[in-house]
Amino acid sequence: MLLAFAQQNGGHKGHDHSGHNHSGHNHSGHNHSGHDHSGHDHSGHDHSGHNHGNKGKGASHDGHGHKAGAGHANACGYVHDNSVFNPGKVAFHHISDQNIYSIGPWHFPLPCIPYSTDKGLDFFSSSKFAADTHGTSTKAYKRYVLYEGAMRRIKDSSFPQEQVDIGQHNVFTTSRKDAKGKERAVVNVCYNGKSYECDNKSTADFGLFGGGFTSFYDFSITKNVFTMILIAFLLGLLFISIAKKYKKNPKAAPSGAQGFMETMFVFIQDEVCKPFLGPKWEKYTPFLMALFFFILGLNLFGQVPFFGGSNVTGNLAVTAVLAIFAFFVVNFSGNGDYWKHIFWMPGIPAWVKTVVTPVEFAGVFIKPITLMLRLFGNITAGHMVIVIFVGLIFIFGENGANPTAAWGTSIASMALTLFMMAIELLVAFIQAFVFTILTASYIGASTEEHHAH
Amino acid sequence: MTGSLAAIGAGLAVIGAAIGIGNIGAAAMEAIARQPEAVGDIRANMILMAALVEGAALIAILLSFFV
Repeated sequence: MLLAFAQQNGGHKGHDHSGHNHSGHNHSGHNHSGHDHSGHDHSGHDHSGHNHGNKGKGASHDGHGHKAGAGHANACGYVHDNSVFNPGKVAFHHISDQNIYSIGPWHFPLPCIPYSTDKGLDFFSSSKFAADTHGTSTKAYKRYVLYEGAMRRIKDSSFPQEQVDIGQHNVFTTSRKDAKGKERAVVNVCYNGKSYECDNKSTADFGLFGGGFTSFYDFSITKNVFTMILIAFLLGLLFISIAKKYKKNPKAAPSGAQGFMETMFVFIQDEVCKPFLGPKWEKYTPFLMALFFFILGLNLFGQVPFFGGSNVTGNLAVTAVLAIFAFFVVNFSGNGDYWKHIFWMPGIPAWVKTVVTPVEFAGVFIKPITLMLRLFGNITAGHMVIVIFVGLIFIFGENGANPTAAWGTSIASMALTLFMMAIELLVAFIQAFVFTILTASYIGASTEEHHAH
Repeated sequence: MTGSLAAIGAGLAVIGAAIGIGNIGAAAMEAIARQPEAVGDIRANMILMAALVEGAALIAILLSFFV
Protein backbone atom coordinates (compact mmCIF):
# COMPACT_ATOMS: atom_id res chain seq x y z
CA MET A 1 0.00 0.00 0.00
CA LEU A 2 2.76 2.37 0.91
CA LEU A 3 4.63 2.22 -2.34
CA ALA A 4 1.48 2.39 -4.39
CA PHE A 5 0.61 5.44 -2.38
CA ALA A 6 3.97 7.12 -2.79
CA GLN A 7 3.84 6.22 -6.45
CA GLN A 8 0.54 7.88 -6.97
CA ASN A 9 1.75 11.02 -5.43
CA GLY A 10 4.90 10.75 -7.45
CA GLY A 11 2.58 10.46 -10.39
CA HIS A 12 0.79 13.59 -9.28
CA LYS A 13 4.01 15.50 -9.22
CA GLY A 14 4.94 14.10 -12.57
CA HIS A 15 1.74 15.43 -14.05
CA ASP A 16 2.31 18.76 -12.49
CA HIS A 17 5.73 19.13 -13.99
CA SER A 18 4.99 17.83 -17.42
CA GLY A 19 1.68 19.35 -18.26
CA HIS A 20 0.48 21.59 -15.51
CA ASN A 21 3.43 23.46 -14.20
CA HIS A 22 3.07 26.84 -15.70
CA SER A 23 6.34 28.20 -14.44
CA GLY A 24 8.11 26.28 -17.18
CA HIS A 25 5.84 27.59 -19.92
CA ASN A 26 6.40 30.69 -21.84
CA HIS A 27 3.17 32.51 -21.36
CA SER A 28 3.95 35.54 -23.43
CA GLY A 29 2.93 33.93 -26.68
CA HIS A 30 0.01 31.91 -25.36
CA ASN A 31 -3.44 32.60 -26.48
CA HIS A 32 -5.65 31.72 -23.57
CA SER A 33 -8.94 32.15 -25.28
CA GLY A 34 -9.23 28.39 -25.48
CA HIS A 35 -9.12 28.23 -21.70
CA ASP A 36 -11.66 30.92 -21.18
CA HIS A 37 -13.85 29.71 -18.38
CA SER A 38 -16.62 32.17 -18.94
CA GLY A 39 -18.32 30.04 -21.53
CA HIS A 40 -18.53 26.98 -19.31
CA ASP A 41 -21.10 26.22 -16.74
CA HIS A 42 -19.29 25.87 -13.45
CA SER A 43 -22.31 25.74 -11.23
CA GLY A 44 -21.94 22.06 -10.53
CA HIS A 45 -18.17 22.01 -10.19
CA ASP A 46 -16.22 22.30 -7.05
CA HIS A 47 -13.54 24.86 -7.54
CA SER A 48 -13.13 25.72 -3.89
CA GLY A 49 -9.97 23.67 -3.59
CA HIS A 50 -7.94 25.68 -6.04
CA ASN A 51 -4.58 26.66 -4.79
CA HIS A 52 -1.40 26.80 -6.73
CA GLY A 53 0.73 25.80 -3.80
CA ASN A 54 3.25 28.36 -4.91
CA LYS A 55 2.30 31.94 -4.69
CA GLY A 56 4.90 33.10 -7.15
CA LYS A 57 3.38 30.97 -9.87
CA GLY A 58 -0.07 32.26 -9.08
CA ALA A 59 1.11 35.81 -9.50
CA SER A 60 2.60 35.06 -12.88
CA HIS A 61 -0.70 33.52 -13.95
CA ASP A 62 -2.59 36.64 -12.99
CA GLY A 63 -0.27 38.63 -15.19
CA HIS A 64 -1.40 36.56 -18.12
CA GLY A 65 -5.05 37.04 -17.61
CA HIS A 66 -5.83 33.63 -16.08
CA LYS A 67 -8.93 33.48 -13.97
CA ALA A 68 -9.04 32.09 -10.43
CA GLY A 69 -9.08 28.44 -11.46
CA ALA A 70 -5.98 28.55 -13.59
CA GLY A 71 -4.96 25.18 -14.96
CA HIS A 72 -5.79 23.15 -18.01
CA ALA A 73 -9.50 22.81 -18.27
CA ASN A 74 -10.77 19.96 -20.39
CA ALA A 75 -13.49 20.40 -22.96
CA CYS A 76 -16.15 20.06 -20.27
CA GLY A 77 -14.68 22.82 -18.13
CA TYR A 78 -13.14 20.53 -15.53
CA VAL A 79 -9.74 21.64 -14.28
CA HIS A 80 -7.40 18.86 -13.27
CA ASP A 81 -5.59 20.21 -10.25
CA ASN A 82 -3.12 18.24 -8.15
CA SER A 83 -1.63 21.13 -6.23
CA VAL A 84 -3.87 20.45 -3.23
CA PHE A 85 -3.40 17.24 -1.30
CA ASN A 86 -6.67 15.81 -0.09
CA PRO A 87 -5.81 13.23 2.59
CA GLY A 88 -9.37 12.02 3.13
CA LYS A 89 -9.88 11.25 -0.54
CA VAL A 90 -6.52 9.51 -0.83
CA ALA A 91 -7.19 7.42 2.29
CA PHE A 92 -10.60 6.27 1.04
CA HIS A 93 -9.18 5.55 -2.38
CA HIS A 94 -6.55 3.30 -0.84
CA ILE A 95 -8.87 1.26 1.34
CA SER A 96 -11.45 0.69 -1.37
CA ASP A 97 -11.72 -2.21 -3.76
CA GLN A 98 -10.30 -1.88 -7.27
CA ASN A 99 -10.43 -3.55 -10.66
CA ILE A 100 -6.64 -3.35 -10.94
CA TYR A 101 -4.07 -5.28 -8.97
CA SER A 102 -0.93 -3.30 -8.16
CA ILE A 103 2.34 -4.80 -7.02
CA GLY A 104 4.74 -1.95 -6.37
CA PRO A 105 4.91 0.15 -9.53
CA TRP A 106 3.34 -2.51 -11.73
CA HIS A 107 -0.37 -2.63 -12.43
CA PHE A 108 -2.03 -5.84 -13.51
CA PRO A 109 -5.42 -5.95 -15.18
CA LEU A 110 -8.15 -8.09 -13.64
CA PRO A 111 -11.23 -9.60 -15.28
CA CYS A 112 -14.29 -7.36 -15.32
CA ILE A 113 -17.65 -9.13 -15.27
CA PRO A 114 -20.43 -6.57 -15.24
CA TYR A 115 -24.07 -7.51 -15.66
CA SER A 116 -26.40 -4.80 -16.88
CA THR A 117 -30.14 -5.09 -17.07
CA ASP A 118 -30.24 -3.98 -20.71
CA LYS A 119 -27.05 -5.46 -22.20
CA GLY A 120 -26.67 -8.65 -20.16
CA LEU A 121 -23.43 -10.18 -18.99
CA ASP A 122 -20.08 -8.91 -20.25
CA PHE A 123 -16.64 -10.31 -19.76
CA PHE A 124 -13.46 -8.38 -20.53
CA SER A 125 -10.10 -7.45 -19.04
CA SER A 126 -9.67 -4.15 -17.22
CA SER A 127 -6.73 -3.47 -19.57
CA LYS A 128 -9.42 -2.31 -22.03
CA PHE A 129 -9.66 0.87 -19.96
CA ALA A 130 -5.94 1.71 -20.39
CA ALA A 131 -5.93 3.16 -16.89
CA ASP A 132 -3.39 5.77 -15.80
CA THR A 133 -1.39 5.59 -12.56
CA HIS A 134 -4.46 6.58 -10.53
CA GLY A 135 -6.50 3.74 -11.95
CA THR A 136 -8.63 6.18 -13.91
CA SER A 137 -9.41 5.08 -17.43
CA THR A 138 -8.25 6.87 -20.54
CA LYS A 139 -10.56 4.71 -22.62
CA ALA A 140 -14.19 3.72 -22.25
CA TYR A 141 -15.39 0.23 -23.16
CA LYS A 142 -19.01 -0.84 -23.55
CA ARG A 143 -20.07 2.33 -21.73
CA TYR A 144 -17.95 1.37 -18.72
CA VAL A 145 -15.13 3.49 -17.38
CA LEU A 146 -12.71 3.09 -14.50
CA TYR A 147 -12.56 5.86 -11.93
CA GLU A 148 -9.82 5.52 -9.27
CA GLY A 149 -9.74 1.80 -9.83
CA ALA A 150 -13.47 1.15 -9.59
CA MET A 151 -15.71 0.41 -12.54
CA ARG A 152 -18.60 2.74 -13.35
CA ARG A 153 -21.22 2.78 -16.07
CA ILE A 154 -22.17 5.78 -18.15
CA LYS A 155 -25.89 6.40 -17.73
CA ASP A 156 -26.54 7.79 -21.20
CA SER A 157 -27.27 4.91 -23.59
CA SER A 158 -26.28 7.03 -26.61
CA PHE A 159 -22.63 6.74 -25.54
CA PRO A 160 -20.75 4.48 -28.00
CA GLN A 161 -20.58 0.80 -27.05
CA GLU A 162 -17.18 0.09 -28.57
CA GLN A 163 -13.85 1.01 -27.04
CA VAL A 164 -13.38 4.78 -27.37
CA ASP A 165 -10.47 6.98 -26.45
CA ILE A 166 -11.42 9.60 -23.88
CA GLY A 167 -7.92 10.74 -22.92
CA GLN A 168 -6.32 11.66 -19.61
CA HIS A 169 -8.16 13.47 -16.83
CA ASN A 170 -11.47 13.19 -18.62
CA VAL A 171 -13.13 11.09 -15.93
CA PHE A 172 -13.71 13.40 -13.01
CA THR A 173 -15.99 14.08 -10.07
CA THR A 174 -18.28 16.96 -9.47
CA SER A 175 -20.48 17.46 -6.45
CA ARG A 176 -24.19 17.85 -6.46
CA LYS A 177 -26.83 18.19 -3.79
CA ASP A 178 -29.19 15.26 -3.56
CA ALA A 179 -32.87 15.36 -2.59
CA LYS A 180 -31.99 15.60 1.11
CA GLY A 181 -29.61 18.51 0.52
CA LYS A 182 -26.53 16.35 1.18
CA GLU A 183 -23.47 16.83 -1.04
CA ARG A 184 -22.96 13.82 -3.29
CA ALA A 185 -20.03 13.17 -5.55
CA VAL A 186 -20.96 12.36 -9.14
CA VAL A 187 -18.47 10.87 -11.58
CA ASN A 188 -18.56 12.36 -15.07
CA VAL A 189 -16.92 11.42 -18.31
CA CYS A 190 -15.94 14.06 -20.82
CA TYR A 191 -16.11 12.72 -24.36
CA ASN A 192 -16.16 14.79 -27.54
CA GLY A 193 -16.75 17.93 -25.52
CA LYS A 194 -19.84 16.55 -23.85
CA SER A 195 -20.16 15.57 -20.21
CA TYR A 196 -21.76 12.20 -19.46
CA GLU A 197 -22.85 11.28 -15.96
CA CYS A 198 -21.94 7.89 -14.50
CA ASP A 199 -23.88 5.55 -12.30
CA ASN A 200 -22.65 4.92 -8.77
CA LYS A 201 -20.31 2.10 -7.94
CA SER A 202 -22.10 -1.22 -7.89
CA THR A 203 -22.29 -2.22 -4.24
CA ALA A 204 -24.81 -4.05 -2.11
CA ASP A 205 -24.49 -1.71 0.88
CA PHE A 206 -27.68 0.25 0.22
CA GLY A 207 -25.61 3.27 -0.77
CA LEU A 208 -24.01 3.70 2.66
CA PHE A 209 -20.60 4.16 1.09
CA GLY A 210 -21.70 6.16 -1.91
CA GLY A 211 -22.63 3.13 -3.97
CA GLY A 212 -25.96 1.45 -4.08
CA PHE A 213 -28.22 -0.50 -6.39
CA THR A 214 -27.40 0.57 -9.89
CA SER A 215 -28.26 -0.17 -13.52
CA PHE A 216 -25.38 -2.65 -13.56
CA TYR A 217 -24.10 -5.29 -11.15
CA ASP A 218 -20.39 -5.78 -10.81
CA PHE A 219 -19.38 -9.44 -10.48
CA SER A 220 -15.78 -8.70 -11.40
CA ILE A 221 -12.80 -10.52 -9.98
CA THR A 222 -11.65 -7.38 -8.18
CA LYS A 223 -8.53 -6.96 -6.09
CA ASN A 224 -10.38 -8.16 -2.98
CA VAL A 225 -11.95 -11.14 -4.70
CA PHE A 226 -8.59 -12.12 -6.17
CA THR A 227 -6.95 -11.83 -2.74
CA MET A 228 -9.64 -13.98 -1.14
CA ILE A 229 -9.20 -16.68 -3.79
CA LEU A 230 -5.43 -16.50 -3.35
CA ILE A 231 -5.64 -16.80 0.46
CA ALA A 232 -8.16 -19.64 0.30
CA PHE A 233 -5.90 -21.44 -2.16
CA LEU A 234 -2.76 -20.89 -0.04
CA LEU A 235 -4.52 -21.99 3.17
CA GLY A 236 -5.87 -25.07 1.39
CA LEU A 237 -2.41 -25.95 0.13
CA LEU A 238 -0.85 -25.43 3.57
CA PHE A 239 -3.44 -27.42 5.49
CA ILE A 240 -3.62 -30.29 3.02
CA SER A 241 0.15 -30.69 3.07
CA ILE A 242 0.17 -30.59 6.89
CA ALA A 243 -2.72 -33.05 7.10
CA LYS A 244 -0.82 -35.44 4.82
CA LYS A 245 2.19 -35.23 7.13
CA TYR A 246 0.06 -36.26 10.11
CA LYS A 247 -1.48 -39.10 8.16
CA LYS A 248 1.86 -40.44 7.00
CA ASN A 249 3.62 -40.23 10.32
CA PRO A 250 1.30 -39.36 13.22
CA LYS A 251 3.88 -39.95 15.93
CA ALA A 252 6.62 -37.70 14.50
CA ALA A 253 7.40 -34.32 16.05
CA PRO A 254 5.96 -31.47 13.94
CA SER A 255 8.43 -29.74 11.67
CA GLY A 256 8.51 -26.50 9.69
CA ALA A 257 5.17 -24.85 9.03
CA GLN A 258 3.51 -27.77 10.76
CA GLY A 259 4.81 -26.63 14.13
CA PHE A 260 3.64 -23.06 13.60
CA MET A 261 0.17 -24.05 12.46
CA GLU A 262 -0.23 -26.71 15.13
CA THR A 263 0.45 -24.15 17.86
CA MET A 264 -2.33 -21.89 16.58
CA PHE A 265 -4.68 -24.76 15.85
CA VAL A 266 -4.31 -26.25 19.33
CA PHE A 267 -4.63 -22.78 20.88
CA ILE A 268 -7.99 -22.19 19.20
CA GLN A 269 -9.10 -25.71 19.99
CA ASP A 270 -8.22 -25.49 23.68
CA GLU A 271 -9.00 -21.82 24.36
CA VAL A 272 -12.04 -21.32 22.14
CA CYS A 273 -13.73 -24.54 21.07
CA LYS A 274 -13.54 -26.71 24.19
CA PRO A 275 -14.47 -24.14 26.88
CA PHE A 276 -17.27 -22.44 24.93
CA LEU A 277 -18.92 -25.27 23.05
CA GLY A 278 -19.13 -27.90 25.76
CA PRO A 279 -19.38 -31.60 24.88
CA LYS A 280 -20.30 -30.99 21.21
CA TRP A 281 -17.20 -28.96 20.44
CA GLU A 282 -15.96 -31.25 17.70
CA LYS A 283 -19.00 -30.54 15.53
CA TYR A 284 -18.27 -26.81 15.27
CA THR A 285 -14.47 -26.87 15.28
CA PRO A 286 -14.06 -26.99 11.46
CA PHE A 287 -16.26 -23.91 11.03
CA LEU A 288 -14.43 -21.95 13.74
CA MET A 289 -11.01 -22.96 12.42
CA ALA A 290 -12.00 -21.93 8.89
CA LEU A 291 -13.19 -18.56 10.23
CA PHE A 292 -10.05 -17.99 12.27
CA PHE A 293 -7.49 -18.92 9.64
CA PHE A 294 -9.33 -17.20 6.79
CA ILE A 295 -9.65 -13.94 8.72
CA LEU A 296 -6.09 -14.19 10.02
CA GLY A 297 -4.74 -14.89 6.54
CA LEU A 298 -6.58 -11.92 5.04
CA ASN A 299 -5.61 -9.63 7.93
CA LEU A 300 -1.95 -10.53 7.60
CA PHE A 301 -1.97 -10.34 3.80
CA GLY A 302 -3.44 -6.85 4.05
CA GLN A 303 -0.42 -5.86 6.13
CA VAL A 304 2.04 -6.73 3.39
CA PRO A 305 3.24 -3.43 1.93
CA PHE A 306 3.67 -2.90 -1.82
CA PHE A 307 1.63 -5.99 -2.58
CA GLY A 308 -1.74 -4.81 -3.73
CA GLY A 309 -2.57 -3.20 -0.41
CA SER A 310 -5.55 -5.46 -0.10
CA ASN A 311 -8.01 -4.36 2.53
CA VAL A 312 -10.26 -7.39 2.36
CA THR A 313 -11.32 -7.78 5.99
CA GLY A 314 -11.74 -3.99 6.02
CA ASN A 315 -14.47 -4.35 3.44
CA LEU A 316 -17.96 -4.28 4.91
CA ALA A 317 -19.35 -6.77 2.38
CA VAL A 318 -16.72 -9.38 3.27
CA THR A 319 -17.22 -9.05 7.02
CA ALA A 320 -20.99 -9.03 6.47
CA VAL A 321 -20.83 -12.39 4.69
CA LEU A 322 -18.66 -13.84 7.46
CA ALA A 323 -21.14 -12.54 10.04
CA ILE A 324 -24.08 -13.96 8.09
CA PHE A 325 -22.41 -17.38 8.16
CA ALA A 326 -22.01 -17.03 11.92
CA PHE A 327 -25.65 -15.92 12.20
CA PHE A 328 -26.94 -18.98 10.32
CA VAL A 329 -24.75 -21.41 12.23
CA VAL A 330 -25.81 -19.92 15.58
CA ASN A 331 -29.53 -19.87 14.80
CA PHE A 332 -29.80 -23.15 12.93
CA SER A 333 -28.00 -25.01 15.70
CA GLY A 334 -30.06 -23.23 18.36
CA ASN A 335 -32.09 -25.67 20.46
CA GLY A 336 -35.51 -25.25 22.05
CA ASP A 337 -34.05 -23.70 25.18
CA TYR A 338 -32.34 -21.01 23.12
CA TRP A 339 -35.55 -19.94 21.43
CA LYS A 340 -37.49 -20.21 24.67
CA HIS A 341 -35.03 -17.85 26.34
CA ILE A 342 -35.47 -15.36 23.53
CA PHE A 343 -39.25 -15.36 23.21
CA TRP A 344 -40.44 -16.39 26.67
CA MET A 345 -37.67 -16.10 29.23
CA PRO A 346 -38.51 -18.52 32.04
CA GLY A 347 -38.35 -17.53 35.68
CA ILE A 348 -39.29 -13.86 35.41
CA PRO A 349 -42.65 -12.11 35.87
CA ALA A 350 -44.84 -11.74 32.79
CA TRP A 351 -44.63 -7.94 32.62
CA VAL A 352 -40.84 -8.09 32.56
CA LYS A 353 -41.08 -10.50 29.64
CA THR A 354 -42.71 -7.80 27.53
CA VAL A 355 -39.49 -5.81 27.88
CA VAL A 356 -37.02 -8.70 27.74
CA THR A 357 -38.46 -10.39 24.63
CA PRO A 358 -37.93 -7.46 22.20
CA VAL A 359 -34.45 -6.86 23.58
CA GLU A 360 -33.52 -10.53 23.26
CA PHE A 361 -35.00 -10.69 19.77
CA ALA A 362 -33.03 -7.60 18.68
CA GLY A 363 -29.96 -9.24 20.19
CA VAL A 364 -30.26 -12.11 17.69
CA PHE A 365 -29.49 -9.60 14.90
CA ILE A 366 -27.27 -7.21 16.83
CA LYS A 367 -24.77 -9.98 17.59
CA PRO A 368 -23.81 -10.63 13.93
CA ILE A 369 -23.96 -6.90 13.18
CA THR A 370 -21.38 -6.17 15.88
CA LEU A 371 -19.24 -9.04 14.58
CA MET A 372 -19.35 -7.45 11.14
CA LEU A 373 -18.63 -3.91 12.33
CA ARG A 374 -15.87 -4.86 14.78
CA LEU A 375 -13.70 -6.58 12.21
CA PHE A 376 -14.44 -3.98 9.53
CA GLY A 377 -13.78 -1.05 11.87
CA ASN A 378 -10.55 -2.36 13.33
CA ILE A 379 -8.93 -3.31 10.06
CA THR A 380 -10.10 -0.22 8.17
CA ALA A 381 -8.92 2.05 10.97
CA GLY A 382 -5.48 0.42 10.88
CA HIS A 383 -5.12 0.87 7.13
CA MET A 384 -6.43 4.41 7.33
CA VAL A 385 -3.99 5.46 10.08
CA ILE A 386 -1.05 4.17 8.03
CA VAL A 387 -2.21 6.05 4.93
CA ILE A 388 -2.65 9.22 6.98
CA PHE A 389 0.84 8.88 8.49
CA VAL A 390 2.28 8.62 5.00
CA GLY A 391 0.00 11.45 3.91
CA LEU A 392 1.63 13.68 6.54
CA ILE A 393 4.69 13.79 4.28
CA PHE A 394 2.63 15.38 1.54
CA ILE A 395 0.77 17.68 3.91
CA PHE A 396 3.94 19.09 5.50
CA GLY A 397 5.85 18.96 2.24
CA GLU A 398 3.05 21.01 0.70
CA ASN A 399 2.65 18.36 -1.99
CA GLY A 400 6.14 18.72 -3.42
CA ALA A 401 6.59 22.46 -2.95
CA ASN A 402 8.66 22.03 0.19
CA PRO A 403 11.00 19.05 -0.24
CA THR A 404 13.00 19.75 2.94
CA ALA A 405 9.92 19.49 5.13
CA ALA A 406 8.84 16.42 3.18
CA TRP A 407 12.13 14.64 3.85
CA GLY A 408 12.05 15.66 7.50
CA THR A 409 8.50 14.47 7.95
CA SER A 410 9.18 11.25 6.09
CA ILE A 411 11.61 10.15 8.84
CA ALA A 412 9.06 10.72 11.59
CA SER A 413 6.31 9.28 9.43
CA MET A 414 8.34 6.17 8.69
CA ALA A 415 8.93 5.56 12.39
CA LEU A 416 5.25 6.08 13.17
CA THR A 417 4.19 3.82 10.30
CA LEU A 418 6.54 1.09 11.47
CA PHE A 419 5.15 1.38 14.99
CA MET A 420 1.61 1.31 13.66
CA MET A 421 2.32 -1.75 11.54
CA ALA A 422 3.68 -3.57 14.58
CA ILE A 423 0.42 -2.79 16.40
CA GLU A 424 -1.58 -3.83 13.35
CA LEU A 425 0.21 -7.18 13.37
CA LEU A 426 -1.12 -7.66 16.91
CA VAL A 427 -4.58 -6.44 15.86
CA ALA A 428 -4.61 -8.91 12.96
CA PHE A 429 -4.28 -11.79 15.43
CA ILE A 430 -6.56 -10.31 18.09
CA GLN A 431 -9.39 -9.55 15.68
CA ALA A 432 -9.26 -13.00 14.10
CA PHE A 433 -9.27 -14.47 17.61
CA VAL A 434 -12.10 -12.20 18.82
CA PHE A 435 -14.29 -13.01 15.82
CA THR A 436 -13.78 -16.72 16.46
CA ILE A 437 -14.22 -16.58 20.23
CA LEU A 438 -17.41 -14.51 19.96
CA THR A 439 -18.87 -16.82 17.33
CA ALA A 440 -17.98 -19.76 19.58
CA SER A 441 -19.64 -18.13 22.57
CA TYR A 442 -22.81 -17.41 20.57
CA ILE A 443 -22.92 -20.99 19.31
CA GLY A 444 -22.23 -22.20 22.84
CA ALA A 445 -25.13 -20.12 24.19
CA SER A 446 -27.52 -21.41 21.54
CA THR A 447 -26.66 -25.09 21.98
CA GLU A 448 -26.32 -25.18 25.78
CA GLU A 449 -28.57 -27.67 27.55
CA HIS A 450 -30.52 -26.23 30.46
CA HIS A 451 -31.47 -28.79 33.05
CA ALA A 452 -32.76 -26.98 36.10
CA HIS A 453 -34.77 -23.81 36.60
CA MET B 1 -21.99 21.74 10.69
CA THR B 2 -23.46 18.25 10.77
CA GLY B 3 -20.02 16.81 10.11
CA SER B 4 -18.45 18.33 13.18
CA LEU B 5 -21.37 17.28 15.39
CA ALA B 6 -20.95 13.71 14.17
CA ALA B 7 -17.26 13.91 15.08
CA ILE B 8 -18.18 15.01 18.63
CA GLY B 9 -20.58 12.07 18.84
CA ALA B 10 -17.87 9.67 17.72
CA GLY B 11 -15.52 11.14 20.33
CA LEU B 12 -18.08 10.72 23.11
CA ALA B 13 -18.64 7.11 22.10
CA VAL B 14 -14.91 6.48 22.28
CA ILE B 15 -14.73 8.00 25.79
CA GLY B 16 -17.41 5.59 26.96
CA ALA B 17 -15.67 2.58 25.45
CA ALA B 18 -12.29 3.71 26.80
CA ILE B 19 -13.65 3.86 30.37
CA GLY B 20 -15.20 0.43 29.92
CA ILE B 21 -12.10 -1.20 28.47
CA GLY B 22 -9.93 0.53 31.08
CA ASN B 23 -12.04 -0.97 33.84
CA ILE B 24 -11.83 -4.41 32.24
CA GLY B 25 -8.06 -4.14 31.94
CA ALA B 26 -7.66 -2.94 35.53
CA ALA B 27 -9.86 -5.71 36.89
CA ALA B 28 -8.04 -8.32 34.81
CA MET B 29 -4.64 -7.11 36.06
CA GLU B 30 -5.87 -7.29 39.65
CA ALA B 31 -7.29 -10.76 39.08
CA ILE B 32 -4.03 -11.98 37.55
CA ALA B 33 -2.08 -10.55 40.48
CA ARG B 34 -4.36 -12.37 42.93
CA GLN B 35 -4.35 -15.62 41.01
CA PRO B 36 -1.42 -15.85 38.59
CA GLU B 37 -2.16 -19.48 37.74
CA ALA B 38 -5.49 -18.47 36.11
CA VAL B 39 -3.81 -16.05 33.70
CA GLY B 40 -4.92 -17.94 30.58
CA ASP B 41 -8.63 -17.94 31.43
CA ILE B 42 -8.54 -14.35 32.61
CA ARG B 43 -6.81 -13.14 29.47
CA ALA B 44 -9.27 -14.88 27.15
CA ASN B 45 -12.25 -13.48 29.04
CA MET B 46 -10.66 -10.03 29.19
CA ILE B 47 -10.32 -9.95 25.39
CA LEU B 48 -13.90 -11.21 25.01
CA MET B 49 -15.28 -8.51 27.32
CA ALA B 50 -13.19 -5.79 25.70
CA ALA B 51 -14.49 -6.88 22.29
CA LEU B 52 -18.08 -6.64 23.50
CA VAL B 53 -17.56 -3.13 24.86
CA GLU B 54 -15.77 -2.14 21.67
CA GLY B 55 -18.75 -3.35 19.63
CA ALA B 56 -21.02 -0.73 21.21
CA ALA B 57 -18.49 2.01 20.49
CA LEU B 58 -18.08 0.88 16.88
CA ILE B 59 -21.82 0.99 16.28
CA ALA B 60 -21.91 4.53 17.69
CA ILE B 61 -18.98 5.63 15.52
CA LEU B 62 -20.48 4.14 12.37
CA LEU B 63 -23.85 5.71 13.08
CA SER B 64 -22.12 9.05 13.52
CA PHE B 65 -20.78 8.67 9.96
CA PHE B 66 -24.11 7.92 8.37
CA VAL B 67 -26.59 10.04 10.27
